[in-house]
Amino acid sequence: MMRPPGARPRGGVRMGGMGMGGGARVERGEDFWGSLRRLLSRLRPERLKVFVGLCSGVASVGFTVAGPRILGDATNVIFNGVVGKLLPPGVTKSEAIAALRARGQGQIASMVSGMNVTPGKGVDLGRLGFDLGLAAGVYLMGAASSFGQGYIMAGVVQRTMLGLRREVEEKLARLPLRYFDSHPHGDVLSRVTNDIDNLTTTLQQGLSQLLTSLLTIVGVLGMMFWISPLLAAVSIVTIPLAVVITVVIARRSQVQFAAQWDRTGTLNGLVEETHTGHTLVQVFGRRKATVEEFGRQNRDLYEASFRAQFLSGVIQPSMQFIANLNYVVIAVLGGYRVASGLLSLGDVQAFIQYSRQFTMPITQIASQMNLLQSGVASAERVFQFLDAEEEPADLARPALLAVRREEREAAGRLQLEHVSFRYEPDEPLIEDFNLEVAPGETVAIVGPTGAGKTTMVNLLVRFYEIGSGRILLDGTDYKDLTRDEVRRAFGMVLQDTWLFAGTIRDNIAYGKPGATSEEVVAAAEAAHVDHFVRTFPDSYDTVLDEEASNVSSGQKQLLTIARAFLSDPRVLILDEATSNVDTRTEVLVQAAMARLRRGRTSFVIAHRLSTVRDADVIIVMDHGRIVEQGRHDSLLARRGFYYSLYNSQFAEVEAPAS
Amino acid sequence: MLTRLLREYLRPYRRQVALVVVLMAAQSAGSLYLPNLNADIINYGVVTGNLHYIITTGTLMLGITLGLGAVAVVAVYFASRTAMGAGADMRAAVFGQVQAFSSRDMDRFGTPSLITRNTNDVQQVQLFVQMALTLMVVAPIMSIGGIVLAVREGAALSPLLAVAVPIMGVFIGSVVATVVPQFRKMQVKIDRINQVLREQVTGVRVIRAFVRNESEEGRFAKANADLTATALRVNRVFALALPALMAILNLSSVAVLWFGGRLVSDANMPIGNLTAFLNYIAQILMAVMMAVMMAILAPRAAASAERIKSVLDAAPAVTSPEKARRPERLNGLVRFEDVSFGYPGSEQPVLQDVSFTLEPGRTSAIVGGTGSGKTTLLNLIPRFFDVTGGKVLVNGVDVRDQELEELWASMGLVAQTAFLFSGTVASNLRFGQPEASDAELWRALRVAQAQEFVAAMPGALDARIDQGGTNVSGGQRQRLSIARALVTKPKLYLFDDCFSALDAATDARLRAALKAETTDASVLIVSQRVSTVMHADQIIVLDDGRVAGIGAHRELVASCAPYREIVVSQLGEEAAA
Repeated sequence: MMRPPGARPRGGVRMGGMGMGGGARVERGEDFWGSLRRLLSRLRPERLKVFVGLCSGVASVGFTVAGPRILGDATNVIFNGVVGKLLPPGVTKSEAIAALRARGQGQIASMVSGMNVTPGKGVDLGRLGFDLGLAAGVYLMGAASSFGQGYIMAGVVQRTMLGLRREVEEKLARLPLRYFDSHPHGDVLSRVTNDIDNLTTTLQQGLSQLLTSLLTIVGVLGMMFWISPLLAAVSIVTIPLAVVITVVIARRSQVQFAAQWDRTGTLNGLVEETHTGHTLVQVFGRRKATVEEFGRQNRDLYEASFRAQFLSGVIQPSMQFIANLNYVVIAVLGGYRVASGLLSLGDVQAFIQYSRQFTMPITQIASQMNLLQSGVASAERVFQFLDAEEEPADLARPALLAVRREEREAAGRLQLEHVSFRYEPDEPLIEDFNLEVAPGETVAIVGPTGAGKTTMVNLLVRFYEIGSGRILLDGTDYKDLTRDEVRRAFGMVLQDTWLFAGTIRDNIAYGKPGATSEEVVAAAEAAHVDHFVRTFPDSYDTVLDEEASNVSSGQKQLLTIARAFLSDPRVLILDEATSNVDTRTEVLVQAAMARLRRGRTSFVIAHRLSTVRDADVIIVMDHGRIVEQGRHDSLLARRGFYYSLYNSQFAEVEAPAS
Repeated sequence: MLTRLLREYLRPYRRQVALVVVLMAAQSAGSLYLPNLNADIINYGVVTGNLHYIITTGTLMLGITLGLGAVAVVAVYFASRTAMGAGADMRAAVFGQVQAFSSRDMDRFGTPSLITRNTNDVQQVQLFVQMALTLMVVAPIMSIGGIVLAVREGAALSPLLAVAVPIMGVFIGSVVATVVPQFRKMQVKIDRINQVLREQVTGVRVIRAFVRNESEEGRFAKANADLTATALRVNRVFALALPALMAILNLSSVAVLWFGGRLVSDANMPIGNLTAFLNYIAQILMAVMMAVMMAILAPRAAASAERIKSVLDAAPAVTSPEKARRPERLNGLVRFEDVSFGYPGSEQPVLQDVSFTLEPGRTSAIVGGTGSGKTTLLNLIPRFFDVTGGKVLVNGVDVRDQELEELWASMGLVAQTAFLFSGTVASNLRFGQPEASDAELWRALRVAQAQEFVAAMPGALDARIDQGGTNVSGGQRQRLSIARALVTKPKLYLFDDCFSALDAATDARLRAALKAETTDASVLIVSQRVSTVMHADQIIVLDDGRVAGIGAHRELVASCAPYREIVVSQLGEEAAA
């Protein structure tokens, strides 16, 4: 098949989702902020919900942050009661302190001086009940608003992604064929599947959580400073320590992860190659050698992945260590300050809770930033796809083909008048080409590999638009018809034997929605595919898997022929249709096609002698251009390009007639 | 499935696993001890104003913290060794198993699927083991230890735990029970939507040619709506689950302070214990969260484990017999006796009652239409499949009675799709005969008409070959794979339609050279081209799985209608006259 210059062959689908913890390579987009803004702007239809969601998020952070402080108060109430009970009743606080000092218990005296104690009085249960009731209320509100945020944002994200996926799919239908021919399929696929998946994850897990994490840090930090600037300052000192440790380890483990990816790639290559060449490995007696080679590479991979996992696994205990360190420091320092009466016990209690809440969002932010970065890179790739140039729209009020199919006796006339076409603006290919095909005639397109034979097909079914001139189908200019109207007139059997994942029956019926079972079988018989189908375990209900690897290429070809049979087209295009079908089968197929072709125009890209001999017109192509045109005998007589082509390609066996 | 697989592959690492469990237990216990010390600081340091006690206990806490860090690092070391080691073992086991598979097994699983199972799926399980060893061990220790210590610190408060912990357990259990199946469903729906999109990209020409955009859009819209509905359900359950868990924890803390406050007030509990109790509750919850995470990860690993296990458990359809018979002479004689072959459950057999003999020194050819069973027939000789009726004898012995490796060593196969391995021209040619000399390689190349282009390649024999041989043309690939078979100098050659990419002149020259090279060997050629087979000593015509005729070209043209049809279609009427 001819591809426009610069087209790369179809690439493989990027191997997705090899979830190795911490090993994901973070791609950075070209225009991070621009793409992020555009991504966020997609949330605009949901802005009210987003606003409510964010408000709930802020509220939930507020409530969650307030909780420990209130609980700290409650602890103070209890502690005050405990200490108060130890003191003799009936004296004032200052008298009690003085008494303590007099007894040489200066330490306790200074602690008590910092407390709200009534000597002789136990725990103030009323006050405690009030505090705890308040705390319970605050926590419940926090949970409720957090649930509200999650619930609302889940809806927002899913609806947004529903719309985006729909847009991407609609885009696929509007892109010109040129786009598919000039972009590797693997790349397009990766944008419409992997990138969309990645984006969903980012929006679902990243965006609003990132905000709550940031808010939580700010809120918690504020509370910590409020309770005790000294303890807060000490806690903050551990942050750079945590960051440095993470960075140092992560940098080393990144190197190991790279090595792990590298070796995984090599090993996967070996696996792929060995499994693909399975029979060769067996017959050539290479099983042992291959297993040994695999063992060697497997060991290499093991070493690399062990080092990577170990190093990245060390991060967690390190963070734990820092968190514990922090805890100890707060416990000791806090205890000291309480004992000195500079801080209440409840405050230390609250502080410990805050410092717990503090380390969590920090580690979360790190992973959320990674997520966001790769998500935005994906968004950028999806947006690029959505921005690709589309096919010009069909006319608003298109003509209909004058002759309907029921009257096809006179249908299928094609006129190409002064047609010019080029894939690249500065590379003329087809210039001022004229051709008239009467209904029922057969046109053979021949030429060496890469001569541009598919170009003709591309123009006929309007996969590509011609540059100048016009094409008329039964008297109507293509330009006045919708693309679909043009294509409905054609039936194609393409070189690329595309079948979709579904039953054989559905695949044959693809050419005619709602076809009956009898029609399907009839088409299959006509394409000489009925016999193979019946050798399959489930006959016509056999499900072709995604790559249709359970069917040979010749069988696939025949299935596509059956599909074309059933569609009953006005003009038939056989794009190297029989290249994978052997000649004997082709004979049967051609016999059936002769029946099918009665009253039908056909274009055949042929490599077969019989086809060119019987053709009404032969179009000879070379280097993308049409070099000759005419009937078999006259072209042979001309002794030009066709003559030499015929001798090298078709008359390969000037058979010694027995 | 997952547990069975893991039990098997972790067995060699049971010492390391035990060590990791012990270390992790120690680490958790140490972490749990910290709040205890904190309680002591408050009870004996703060309340009594004993600064010295605060500092000594603080130092002790610091020392424990350092020790815990060290223990954790050692644990991670062994956990990584174990997880990656078990992964490597699994990978090797799958690889070895696939090596033992027959073509039937390969077809059943599909090559791409086997590649995925051997790579991605193993990686999934390996990752799970890593997580399990570090998290799953910690979670129960932390939660059980937390509960035990909490009870010790405040026995009077334990009824509270008796309420809170079951509530949490039931709640998490129901979340996991709803989310896990939904997760699985969601993955299926993501796969479905990606499949539809993939088909729309690869089938763009067909879809447009048949004007099926609207129905494709319908297919997509359905998949899209389906996915959204499921994703929404999953995420809403999550939206509820986390805040609810936090609420349970926080309300427990409130309750602890309420009931604890009264106990402290009545001097039934030291106040420091109250603080410690609160910390334990927080740790129990953390542990529970970890368990939830594992529960969510587990189904994915379980799916992978299932796919791995089904490969490992599959008994290869074709294996060497226990008591192999060795042929007396390796002369290349092949006999088919009333051979039938059909796929289980199919309506019609692929081959029926096929009998013929391939004799040393003679060239035989098989012709027939697509699906007439040519390649299947050829594949019965190296026993890639087993016959369902009759028998195939190679060198006078039924192939089912022979040692597979020996059977294979006695023949040279050139497959339909010429596949080369990454490496060099020489490494590919020496594939079956590692000791072959350069001179032998060149000789094979000469016969295969590949000498010229190999000599012209940069490095000649040492020229690089990409995986699959994609950097040489189809015709060159075919000639190299023919040369590869020639290097092994077998007494039986099987050529499966491997001249198709050659032009007529090269084809003719190659066959002439081959004839001279294989004077004492049996040669079987499968082809669709009459010009390739017409000079064979014996032509076997297959038609819908049956032998329609056996004989030389001239006889068959006269007597065999299907053969004449083929000749006419390719060479014209005059050739069949």
